[in-house]
Amino acid sequence: MSAATKDFKIREFPVEENPKEHYLNAASGLKSWLFTVDHKRIGLMYLASIIFFFFVGGLLALALRLELWEPARTFMDADTYNRVFTLHGAVMVFLFIIPSIPAALGNFFLPMMLGAKDVAFPKLNLLSFWIYSFGALFTLYSIAHGGVDTGWTFYTPYSTSTGTAVISMTLGVFIMGFSSILTGINFIVTVHKMRAPGQTWGKLPLFIWSLYATAIIQVLATPVLAITLLLLIMERTLGVGIFDPALGGDPVLYQHFFWFYSHPAVYIMIVPAFGIISEIISTFSKKTIFGYWLIALSSLAIAFTGFLVWGHHMFVSGQSELSTIIFSFLTFFVGIPTGIKILNWVATMYKGSIDMKTPMLYAMMFLFLFSIGGFTGIMLGALSVNVHLHDTYYVVAHFHYVMMGGTVFAFLAGIHYWWPKMTGKMYNELWAKIASVVLFIGFNVTFLPQFVMGSQGMPRRYYSYIEQFQTLHQTSTVGSWVLGLGFIIVGIYLTISLFSKANKASSNPWGARALEWMSSSPPPHHNFNHTPVVLHNPYDFHKPISEFRLGIDGSDNHHEHTEVAQTQPAEKS
Amino acid sequence: MLETINRLILPQVSSTFAADVDGLFTFINVASAIILLGITVAIIYFSVKYKRKSEDDVTPVIRYNTTLELTWTIIPLILILIVFAWGFRGHIDMRTPPSNAYEVYVTANSFFWQFTYPNGVQTTDELYVPAGRPVKLIMQSRDVIHSFFVPDFRVKQDVLPGRYTTAWFQTLGTGEHVIFCTEYCGSGHSDMDGMVYAIEPEEFDAWLREQKELSEQELPLAVLGQNLYQQQGCAGCHSLDGNVVIGPSFQGLYMDERQGADGSSRVADEDYLRESINNPGEFITSGFNNIMPGYSYLSEDQVSAIIEFIKEQQ
Repeated sequence: MSAATKDFKIREFPVEENPKEHYLNAASGLKSWLFTVDHKRIGLMYLASIIFFFFVGGLLALALRLELWEPARTFMDADTYNRVFTLHGAVMVFLFIIPSIPAALGNFFLPMMLGAKDVAFPKLNLLSFWIYSFGALFTLYSIAHGGVDTGWTFYTPYSTSTGTAVISMTLGVFIMGFSSILTGINFIVTVHKMRAPGQTWGKLPLFIWSLYATAIIQVLATPVLAITLLLLIMERTLGVGIFDPALGGDPVLYQHFFWFYSHPAVYIMIVPAFGIISEIISTFSKKTIFGYWLIALSSLAIAFTGFLVWGHHMFVSGQSELSTIIFSFLTFFVGIPTGIKILNWVATMYKGSIDMKTPMLYAMMFLFLFSIGGFTGIMLGALSVNVHLHDTYYVVAHFHYVMMGGTVFAFLAGIHYWWPKMTGKMYNELWAKIASVVLFIGFNVTFLPQFVMGSQGMPRRYYSYIEQFQTLHQTSTVGSWVLGLGFIIVGIYLTISLFSKANKASSNPWGARALEWMSSSPPPHHNFNHTPVVLHNPYDFHKPISEFRLGIDGSDNHHEHTEVAQTQPAEKS
Repeated sequence: MLETINRLILPQVSSTFAADVDGLFTFINVASAIILLGITVAIIYFSVKYKRKSEDDVTPVIRYNTTLELTWTIIPLILILIVFAWGFRGHIDMRTPPSNAYEVYVTANSFFWQFTYPNGVQTTDELYVPAGRPVKLIMQSRDVIHSFFVPDFRVKQDVLPGRYTTAWFQTLGTGEHVIFCTEYCGSGHSDMDGMVYAIEPEEFDAWLREQKELSEQELPLAVLGQNLYQQQGCAGCHSLDGNVVIGPSFQGLYMDERQGADGSSRVADEDYLRESINNPGEFITSGFNNIMPGYSYLSEDQVSAIIEFIKEQQ
């Protein structure tokens, strides 16, 4: 512990159960939400927005799967189908999955896990949310004005020649990029400057490490997407030849620019999920996390390596053979830190005290599904096999195993893990388990057949297909209905839990050790009414829980002093 | 047993590369399945064996184990190096056409494939090749990016506007193999398929001569037009029976009053048809998209022949 904290006297601060005052009733009215600088309320607004867009993207997915019931037309024409798959991709990627874990759960829990009262720049945080909403409006405008039919990748020269609303859509994505960048900056500064006294880098929860790695990618990669989309808009509106060969441009250059962002963006989507899984496996195994530093640093390794592999999306694009070979070689090196994480998580369970509650069940499903996503990624990284599988349903299945089986299952794990903390209410455990099993089955029935179709050569983004693939397509469609059912069950029991009176959650229902559990459920307006002090690693389950509830004696300020107390510096980074 | 599974999940093996690709595919699947099984069994075993007995359970503090961490770093490292090297070797073969390869020029259009043989013969959506001989495709696109994919050959290559890309294959025997476009290119993307016909080399030579003779015959304009209607890919979008596929049907088109997307209207006379072939973006009929590529490379005679053919579709 450094000099900054040595003069403090610390004592245990018991946690208030069933608090009368908390962040949800600290203020009321629409304005108290829309103009709040409370990271928790901003987190919840993000959560509501992304759940809305997940619902929209999900309906689009169900429509796609239904259309694929018949080899030719089922109920929509080719142009509509092309718009629907584009919107499904764009909504799910830019409006749901990129902001999902960092902006919703991250916003809520990053400051709490650091023992801070808010993020470093609370107003900037609110601005991020407003920029996100503004960008989302552009997207909705594009949908209302005929949609976009380019695929979420906006490949040129198709995207510069099609007659659909490409400009408003890409502008929306451009704008939302700023939200992502600002959130990233906010998180980086918060982690550096706002940690509780005693919370060294080695005592950071792994969710924080994963958000930190993600924030670095957000800040470094998103500007490249912004530049790319701006160039695309310039080419469409002003006729400046950047990508269109008819104007002297190069269409493959667009792909390089696009994937320079969008490959690291895959890690923006998945790395925060790793953080959630670390928290949950340790908590529900009641055991020290195995290989703390390897898990923490592998997030940074993945973030770094992720910048060097974009060309693996372009093995058959006509890029040079040398680049293709180098990109293939580097791609495999993302697999190593990822594999290390998975095995460390499994090792954490060894000799643990395992409680298979809903969040843990989701975490186990994550391990299984994400491993399949990882192995099929190795398959796609292998050059000669990639040539066959590229742009087939194999790729579609692969990234759904990573993004949905990985990120969405981890997100569900996180929602169920932190639901009692966020809302102060406990959901029905039995229904939650039933829903998770329904989702697991539905997911596999939907996407496993897609691996087979892809291996057989079924190309992606096909409105109609040859009859040979019909059985597999229909199986996949049935799976999508099971998935839909699973999400309906989740929606129902979570909603019921909010309005029911009898199911108040305790402050630490899972017996976890990280700081967010050392505050009430739901937490007070400023997270803690004292300045927390950290002595132990957040996974030290062998230490008495009282040693995780320490704070600076005499810092138990109430509302009139909170702003002053906020200036108490954490250890300098 | 692996062979049986592969036959269920992979297309037939019809080119010289296919077996090697399938071998690597199988290797990765088997290695992955073993590791996945290990992980799954460990998860289930731990979940049962170390199930929480009471809230006061005490667990041992195990923070790290260098041997274990090294093991599960080095073994995957070896595996991925094998996979990389295997894929790399296979890829080099795919990218190195033999110097004696038979060359066919491929032009991708929205939404059809044109193949031009060394003697000038052209086919559309049907690629005839001599079986068992290396064939090199020299490809470019006339509009957006397309991708040439033959699952049975394990061959795929994007086809770009303004630049040639190449691919090659050698079939193992005679047969018919489907071609897909695998780079999304718009409304007709999923209809942009075709067939490769691998036939005996002698048969192929005869076919080529026969096609050449056919193309040199003096044909009546409307018959020439009909041939061009097939060869130039018109048939992919414009039906002859009144059905709307992607573009307007040719049935009853001639002298019809066309309502434009911009509100104007024009009569589909010869001038109109000529403009619509050479420069289709000038006047878009209401209800259709501006997606047809221009055909200004056709000769005046060829354009006239197509117009004559359209006139016959009443």
